[in-house]
Amino acid sequence: MAYSDQDILDGLAEIVSEETGVDASEVTADKTFTDDLDVDSLSMMTIAVTAEEKFGAKIPDEEVKNLKTVGDAVNFIKANQPA
Amino acid sequence: MTSPRPTVVVTGLGATTPLGGTAEETWQAVLAGRSGAATLDESWVEEFELPVSFAAQLTVPAAEVLKKVETKRLDPFAQYALVAAREAWANAGSPEVVPERLASAVGTGIGGVQTLLTAWEALRTKGPRRVYPLSIPMLMPNSAAGTVSLEFGARAGAHTLVSACSSGAESIGYGAHLIREGLADVVIAGGAEASIHPLPISGFAAMQALSTRNDSPQTASRPYDTDRDGFVLGEGAAILILESEEHARARGANIICELAGFGVSADSHHIAAPEPEGAGASRAMADAVRDAGATPADLCHINAHATSTPVGDVAEVAAIRRAFGDDADHMAVSGTKSMTGHLLGAAGALEAIFSVQAVRDRVAPPTINIDNLDPAVTLDVVRDTPRPLGDGDLLVLDNSFGFGGHNVALAFRTFA
Repeated sequence: MAYSDQDILDGLAEIVSEETGVDASEVTADKTFTDDLDVDSLSMMTIAVTAEEKFGAKIPDEEVKNLKTVGDAVNFIKANQPA
Repeated sequence: MTSPRPTVVVTGLGATTPLGGTAEETWQAVLAGRSGAATLDESWVEEFELPVSFAAQLTVPAAEVLKKVETKRLDPFAQYALVAAREAWANAGSPEVVPERLASAVGTGIGGVQTLLTAWEALRTKGPRRVYPLSIPMLMPNSAAGTVSLEFGARAGAHTLVSACSSGAESIGYGAHLIREGLADVVIAGGAEASIHPLPISGFAAMQALSTRNDSPQTASRPYDTDRDGFVLGEGAAILILESEEHARARGANIICELAGFGVSADSHHIAAPEPEGAGASRAMADAVRDAGATPADLCHINAHATSTPVGDVAEVAAIRRAFGDDADHMAVSGTKSMTGHLLGAAGALEAIFSVQAVRDRVAPPTINIDNLDPAVTLDVVRDTPRPLGDGDLLVLDNSFGFGGHNVALAFRTFA
């Protein structure tokens, strides 16, 4: 079954919170990982790999740097969900 | 006469140990003669049929004190170091220090072994992409020193001395060296270890270094007893705030005592066994006393390395005799590992804290579990209950030795 935008956002918020300690409610679509959520490149890799496992969407390493905002990540995961 | 080099003083203590979540809780438990050892409640004890089923674990798990994200991003040994360093820093009055004059020196015996093995398991079962990206900075032995440097803005250097079970003591000695050489005003120094895991237990057990007294964990660590059969593995961290006397006075700090002497030597005898005549160890002890500008007659108490191994305990006794001769007769000798277990790279730092507390409170801590004193132990061992050290100037010694042939001695003195 396909995940909705909200499912993905909620799941990402949980992963980001777990990795960085920020409150999950802070993780909204308009937030940037680097500036708003203080996610460094190492944490971003962890978030990407954990999200891959959770949603089954492959996120190539070279794609991770293009995911500037939480919304970017939601859209990428949604577009790349397994059929 | 003024000293030709800066005098080093101790202004803060912090620890998390098998006897308490703080340095003072730990000290009170030591004075009460309590053991921190217990049967392990871990599934891996049965899974691997380990020959040793007990250890001395922290009384306050780090996860109860740290933020969740800190426990996720730090190996347990660095977590313990952070807990102890925060306490020590607060105990020192959270000093204002120029960052370029503040250093960290935090040793470890083994480092991030739990992280290493977790990462290996992830690689084996899930592949390279599932190896946690922080694995390397978590497992490296300098991660505790780096974490402490980061926490307090220590920019004069972040040092990690690795000399097995003397790492903690050597880090403190090195910290004193930095201050004496004018390279730092304040050093956050000590040791940390988190090796209660089936692999290190199996490794030490294979060396026959561990006590196998599985039916009685609390009496297993018994330095100097005729029936001692090895050490009890412990975990934790101990951190001291070292400071130049000038810096401490200028800020009106509470000076607990002086770190007066530091002696270090190597046996060059065997990678793990102590040199039986104690030549190397005695040199470190004698050097520490000489470095303090004192003589053996000034020394009233030794916190011995005394791990409860058949060979090690008597080799240290020989070394103490060799270093101090008949003067050793008037030294109250304590083996506090009988209560704490052996914290490996944190042991020397924890026993340095006990030495500071002994000077401060003018009391030598007890050694428990000696039912029959080994006749080869021809020293005045403090048994069962603490012993007052009397008035006047006190000079005490903390001994630490490590696999590799490392010998470290630290001398602490009342600060007038």
